[in-house]
This record gives sequence, C-alpha cells and structure tokens, in this order.
Amino acid sequence: MSAINGLLDLDKIRADFPILERRLAGDRALVYLDSANTSQKPQSVIDAISEHYALHNANVARAAHQLGEESTAAYEGARDKVAAFVNAPGRDGVIFTKNASEALNLVANVLANAGKPHGFGPGDEVVITEMEHHSNIVPWQIACQRTGATLRWFGITDEGRLDLSNIDDLITERTRVVALTWVSNALGTINPVAEITRRAHEVGALVVVDASQAVPQMAVDVTALGADFVAFTGHKLCGPTGIGVLVAKPDLLNQLPPFLGGGEMIEIVRMEGSTYAPAPHRFEAGTPPIVQAVGLGAAIDYLSAIGMDAVRAHEHAITGYALERLQTVDGVRILGPTENIDRGGAISFELGDLHPHDVGQVLDSLGIAVRGGHHCARPVHARFGVTASNRASFYLYTSPAEIDALVEGLDHVKSYFSRGA
Amino acid sequence: MSAPNPQIDALYQEIILDHYRNPRHKGLREPFEAQVHHVNPTCGDEVTLRVHVADGKVADVSYDSLGCSISQASASVLTELLIGKDLDEAMAVHEEFLALMQSKGQATPDEDVLEDAVAFAGVSKYPARIKCALLSWMAWKDATAQAVGKVTQ
Repeated sequence: MSAINGLLDLDKIRADFPILERRLAGDRALVYLDSANTSQKPQSVIDAISEHYALHNANVARAAHQLGEESTAAYEGARDKVAAFVNAPGRDGVIFTKNASEALNLVANVLANAGKPHGFGPGDEVVITEMEHHSNIVPWQIACQRTGATLRWFGITDEGRLDLSNIDDLITERTRVVALTWVSNALGTINPVAEITRRAHEVGALVVVDASQAVPQMAVDVTALGADFVAFTGHKLCGPTGIGVLVAKPDLLNQLPPFLGGGEMIEIVRMEGSTYAPAPHRFEAGTPPIVQAVGLGAAIDYLSAIGMDAVRAHEHAITGYALERLQTVDGVRILGPTENIDRGGAISFELGDLHPHDVGQVLDSLGIAVRGGHHCARPVHARFGVTASNRASFYLYTSPAEIDALVEGLDHVKSYFSRGA
Repeated sequence: MSAPNPQIDALYQEIILDHYRNPRHKGLREPFEAQVHHVNPTCGDEVTLRVHVADGKVADVSYDSLGCSISQASASVLTELLIGKDLDEAMAVHEEFLALMQSKGQATPDEDVLEDAVAFAGVSKYPARIKCALLSWMAWKDATAQAVGKVTQ
C-alpha cells in the first residue's frame, strides 16, 4: 500500500476513533464505508460533549450565573471556531440550525417571504440542479409553489458532471436564486461553484450552496467563494448530530425576515407586535443545540490540527484507489465520474442486476457498511435510469485495506446470489 | 476476510431466492376491480398490483414490481397463497403474515397457513427489510378493500 501517495498516518488517525475497534457480524472488524451518510466521531469530540454535560451544563444567554456564563462562552466559542474554519464573513454570519436541511429550509422560507429586493414571486425564477440532495430540491419546490415563482434546473451529463451547456438560458435577468450543491452526495462530483456564483451575481441573483459534502473533505473559504448562503452539517464533519450551520453576510441576514419565532430571536415583544434581534440570534429561536455546537467546535479543532489540505489529500488518494479497484470488479457500473478529477470521496455503483438492498445486506453480514437506496437523490438515479444504487464513501480514517475488503465482499455477494441458480 | 457469515442464510432462504428468480403469476392481467401503486420511499421499491374478486373469492392477483429479492419474492409468494382463497380466509393469511413480520424473529410460523411464506420468518429479524416483505401485502390489502367495495356497491 506504500505506493499510494497522500495517505494520512492511518494507525494514528484510526486510534482516535473508538468505534473503529468494534467487531461485529460474527467477530469481524467493522469496515465503515458510509461516511458521506454520517462520519464517525473521534474520542476528543465524545469527551467534549460529555465534559460539557458533566461540568458546564446550563442554558445559554438566559442564565446570569457561572454555569450559564460558561455554557454561553462554550456555545459562542463554537461559533467563533466555525467562522474561522470556513472563513465566514463575520462571526455574526454563522447561524446554528439543527442540520443542513433546516439551514436550506431557512433560506428558502425567508427569501420566499422577503419581498423586494431579495424575495421572489410570479415571473421570477429559482434555478437548482438535478444533482441535488432532496434537501436542496424540496424546500425550493415548496417556496416556488407558495410564491408563484418558476423552478428550473441544470441537468447532468453522462459522465456525471453538471451540464452547463445551457447556462445562458438558465441564468438570466429573471433568476432570483441559484441553489446548488458543491459536492454531490450521490455522484461525488465537485461542481464549479465559484464560476457559477460569478455568473449568478452578474444577473443579480443570490447564490445558495449546499456544502454538506464539501466542508468535511476540503478547505473551504466562504468569503473567497462569494456565495451568499452556505449550508452544511456537523455530523458529517466528525461532530455530533443535531447541529447544522448556515453562513451568510451579517448585513444580508439583517435585511431578511425571521424564520422561526420564539425566545432569543427577539428584541422587544409587545402584544401588538415584536421587533427582532440582529443576526445570528434573529434566526436561532428557542434553546439552541448547545452541547452539539460544543461538539462541533471540538470536531473543528480535531480536523484543524490535522489540516484540511491533508484530509483532502487522503480523501483524494483513497478515492483514486477505490475507483481503480472497483472498476476491476466484473459487473460494477459506477454512477458519476470514473476519473479522479474534481471528485469527492463518495462512489455510487450498481453490481450487475442485483438490487442494492441485497448487495448491502450481504456486505453487512461481512461487517462492511455501505449505503443502499437512492441516497436522498432520487432525480440523480432517475437520470441514470435506475431506482437505487450502493454507495461507498470514505473519510480521513478510511484505509486501503477497507477498499480491498469491499472489493472482496462484492465478489462474495455475486457468488452468494448465484448459488443454486 | 469475506468468508461467508451463515447468519445471513436465515434471511435469504432458498425458497425466497427461488421465488425471486422465478416469480409466480407476475405481470398485470384483466379482469380486475382495483389497481393500486405502492412504494417504499426509502429504497425506491415499487409495486403495481391488481385484484380481481368474484363469488367471495380472490379470483386473481396480478402485479408488476421493481425491487429487491425480498420484495419480489414476497409478491410471488403472496399470489401463490391467496389466489383462489375465500376472501375471509385470505384476510386471515394476511393477518398471520403481518404478525410474523412484526414478531422480531420470536414467532413460530404456522406452516399450514403460511406455506412458502414461512421462509420470511428470518426477515422479521432485520428491521430495515420488513417493509420490503410487506410492500405487496399492504398493496394487496388496499386493493382488495377497494375491489370488495366496488363489488358490493
């Protein structure tokens, strides 16, 4: 395996993740190849969560006692860590949500209600892509239905790239919003989001980027990207579930109407009507996911110490190895780019005419965890004429030996279903 | 590394694989009083199923389906079991199959009632697959209720 350049020191990294010690499926080593679904958690994140509950637990911004101050400092400290990690345009432009879906729904809802100049209505167009996760399709469908705006989308080429051939027809002076994914969760494609952002800004449209698969695996600079809204989730980034992030410019956020109403998002509440706090609290009604934010902060500390460029190099190396090995398996058809160029660490594939549920089930009996289904990207599967696929996805702890185990496992799956046939 | 794990054989019994490879009564047929389309949104499995009732009996069940071995075999076994049965007898088989699927692997299925469907006992230990096994059975119940409603109108 020494021939693979760019790998991290896997013995050291894997020792940080206690779950990777687990044995299952009849005392087999766990082969976890479902990190695009959710990543595993290093001990430092588990410890940060447990330490917060054990020593500092209190509600934030409401409690004038020492624990309340400690908890508030930890929660707001996590906001600073996120802002620095993705180079947000100001810490007040970092909004905590429960996940990326909520962050995207927040944007779609407040823009639908925004009126001029940021909102949209009849005659306006919202442009998305066929490559989106359902989280970046359905909120825009709902917003367009409600406002009378028209939803349009970029297609996908046979190679699994965005089809930009009709970009001049799609992005026009009617376009109010362009919403797209940075890295496809199903195809692994890395999209030219900076270029599309420039084109959208030329016509005065706002740009919303789903960075759920991007932030975990590459160095992200939101300010340099220039997109107006960037959403991602903590649990794919070595952090806990229940914490998502929306990043935007604070002055843009302060021009937008609120999303959820409740505690902490207000300035003054009178029975006749209320005024609202500035961002970020304007969009954080109710008790926020405090310990989840603290856990995300610890995850960012963990990844920053390794360095996101090193994480990206590892992901690129392991993806290249997996693409090469999977293509040696008879019957494997990869959905998405087969070249390791502009490609993230998720590979969806079919295995002959076997159903992905059956493939995944037999792999599971060998301790190998992959995803089977449409990966919340049904239109991508429809584009390639299939209802479902299997997906193997990698992270900084994925080893070449685990790719070998998958390849061997697929051979076993084929022989298992051909017995007695 | 990939030595077989025998536990999986409880799920993929030979009877199931046989029905999967050689589905019985597959294809949509006339006549029918009701047709339904059911999907399993998590995996995209789909079934279109028709029911023909006559003289208080399940005269025919025909279907077209896409999906995994468990969902395909389950539809095939259903047609073998239910076609030709009295309606109340067929409903009783449905109840028995549903109970088996909800048993978490604890039930001892009644082979006299369920025949080949006893092979699905192992599925009840895999929560993610129970919906696959039940897809066509739920479609059948839905279609039969509609068909009976029409016939008795």
